Amino acid sequence: MQSIPEIIRTIPLMHYILLSSALFCIGILGVLTRRNAIIVFMAIELMLNAVNLLLAAFSSYYSDPAGQIFVFFIMAVAAAEVAVGLAIIVMIYRNIQSIDIGVLNKIKN
Amino acid sequence: MSSLLLIPLLPLLGFAINGLSFPKLSKQYAGIIGTIPPLVAFGLSIQLFLNFDGQTQVYQLAEWIKIADLSIPFSFQIDQLSIMMLLVITGVGTLIHIYSMGYMSHDEGYGKFFAFLNLFIFFMLILVLGANFTVLFIGWEGVGLCSYLLIGFWNKKASYGNAARKAFIMNRIGDLGFLVGIFLLIQEFGTSNYLEIFSSIKAGAGSNNLGLIACCLFIGAMGKSAQLPLYTWLPDAMAGPTPVSALIHAATMVTAGIYMVIRANVIFEMSPEVLHFIGWIGLATALLGAVIGLFQNDIKKVLAYSTVSQLGYMFMGLGASAYSASFFHVMTHAFFKALLFLGAGSVIHAMSDEQDIRKMGGLKSKMPITYITFLMGTIAIAGIPPFAGFFSKDEILAHLYHHDFTMWCLAIIGSALTSFYMFRVFILTFFGDFRGTDKQASHLHESPISMTFPLIILAIFSAAGGLINLPEFAGGHEFLAHWLAPILPTSEGLGEISFLSLEMGAPLIAAFMPAFLAMYIFGIRKIVPSSDEEISGIQKVVYNKFYIDELYDVVFVKPIAMMSVFFHQIIDFLVIDLFVEGIGRIVKYSSSEFRKAQTGNVGFYLFMIVLSISVILFFSLKNWIL
Repeated sequence: MQSIPEIIRTIPLMHYILLSSALFCIGILGVLTRRNAIIVFMAIELMLNAVNLLLAAFSSYYSDPAGQIFVFFIMAVAAAEVAVGLAIIVMIYRNIQSIDIGVLNKIKN
Repeated sequence: MSSLLLIPLLPLLGFAINGLSFPKLSKQYAGIIGTIPPLVAFGLSIQLFLNFDGQTQVYQLAEWIKIADLSIPFSFQIDQLSIMMLLVITGVGTLIHIYSMGYMSHDEGYGKFFAFLNLFIFFMLILVLGANFTVLFIGWEGVGLCSYLLIGFWNKKASYGNAARKAFIMNRIGDLGFLVGIFLLIQEFGTSNYLEIFSSIKAGAGSNNLGLIACCLFIGAMGKSAQLPLYTWLPDAMAGPTPVSALIHAATMVTAGIYMVIRANVIFEMSPEVLHFIGWIGLATALLGAVIGLFQNDIKKVLAYSTVSQLGYMFMGLGASAYSASFFHVMTHAFFKALLFLGAGSVIHAMSDEQDIRKMGGLKSKMPITYITFLMGTIAIAGIPPFAGFFSKDEILAHLYHHDFTMWCLAIIGSALTSFYMFRVFILTFFGDFRGTDKQASHLHESPISMTFPLIILAIFSAAGGLINLPEFAGGHEFLAHWLAPILPTSEGLGEISFLSLEMGAPLIAAFMPAFLAMYIFGIRKIVPSSDEEISGIQKVVYNKFYIDELYDVVFVKPIAMMSVFFHQIIDFLVIDLFVEGIGRIVKYSSSEFRKAQTGNVGFYLFMIVLSISVILFFSLKNWIL
């Protein structure tokens, strides 16, 4: 029975880097192009998880648990962020019946 | 020991109670709470005096300043000099507290006044009780503070506030010299305790710097005791309530400089040049004060210049190494000058705050007690035997005669002037016809018992005060001189003075002749000094105090004021404000520009975030990538 780090190491490091870079770029594109607030939110989650993946991979390759600890922190913070963010989005929707971020500049005045 | 501690602590307690409970405490209690501490302290001082065994005692209360080898304890010293000062301060202080209960009875700041008076007594007691120069300095500064507070007591009038500031600043100039003197002493001897310093000087230590130290200490005395050139604050200090003038600016605080010189006589004895200088400064001050006093028309101003002049006499005595004679004069002066000031206060009180002697006259029948007591004070200060002033002033003059004949001659002239201006004031106030308004005339009355009682006591002391140091030719035993002898240089000793010799005859003539002259001019010919506009010629110069205030104004005050204006207008407004406000303006302008980027468009924000992260990443990874 192989341990999880060993299983992770069966895939070359470069693959992880490429995958997480791709995920991160998809996330950026999602944030920049989509106007639906929930989609933007999902894109941000995507970016966070790209980073998490990379951290876990590096952690295994370098046998350093610090990376995995970071991952846990990021997950916890992301969960909190989602809770707050979704609450805000729900409130916005109740007020303006829309979650289009283009309409949010109304708040300015 | 415990009773010694109580002496300064009681007035402090009185200050605390009156100070904290003002203005809720009713006047009647405030006056009593203010008066009891000095009274009890006086009783304790008498007890101390009676139980004193002739040995100097030092009581260390606490370790105060301790740095490396230097150790300055907070300690009190009981010896002949401090006991005498205790008696004078608490005794005269008590009388003046009693007097104030009557004099200040209509004042709304009644409780505050007593709080300040008690604080003053406290600091003055610290000053004389301190066993080293550092503790003395606490008292020295403290009494300066109280003097400031009390001169500006009626601070609703701007000129009174200015007088208070003037006194404070002039004293600071002197204090600077005093402080430097203390530093030099500590540097030279490693301690500021009197006993250690004096014994090491007697053993021959530190003789190089003593002249400089004595000079610095004397500069301090100049400020505190209103000697040339730092005397101009004292006449202005008359802005304060009259009991303050009597207590602080005549009887006690201004004699602190003389006390200090007597205390440090060992240092001064080692530098005869400084003593010589002190003598001449004293003489110049005595003459200047007397000449200015001749033409003043404000009753308190005359007394103020007379104080300056008498302080000059005391310093003259110090200059001639006649320490016990000077101290004798300090004591008698405390009695008769306090009496004169309180008498003047009684007159001012009756005259509805009128201080101009040209508007008085004929008060003799209206205020018999004030009249009699003021007369006794006048006789005492003029030096007419057998009143106190005669013995003390004459002892100084006799010492001067043996010390320096020129100084003696000039001092006799000063003495004659003193006699003249005092009788001038006396006669203009109490004789002739009343020259004030009808309203004032209807209000004339003798002062209440709380005011006349101190007058009577002080009058008795002014008359009989000479007894404490009655010279041998008059059947006395020179009690004070013998009492003080242990702490004074041994060389002092006058030998026999015959009653009819030149030095005793001339002062008598100088006391009597001007008195008769004044009686003739102002009593019989009834000349009243002319009003301010009609004064001309040299009299105008003297009346305006030789324009010394104006001179100081032009030489010192104006340049400093101009510098202040320069720094305010140019440096502060144009340089500092420009710089500080400039930064503010830049931030304000740039933020108003940057604010335009805040469109509210979330997509734009997100784009900017991503762009910024990219830029930061690019720059932080630049070296790695390229």
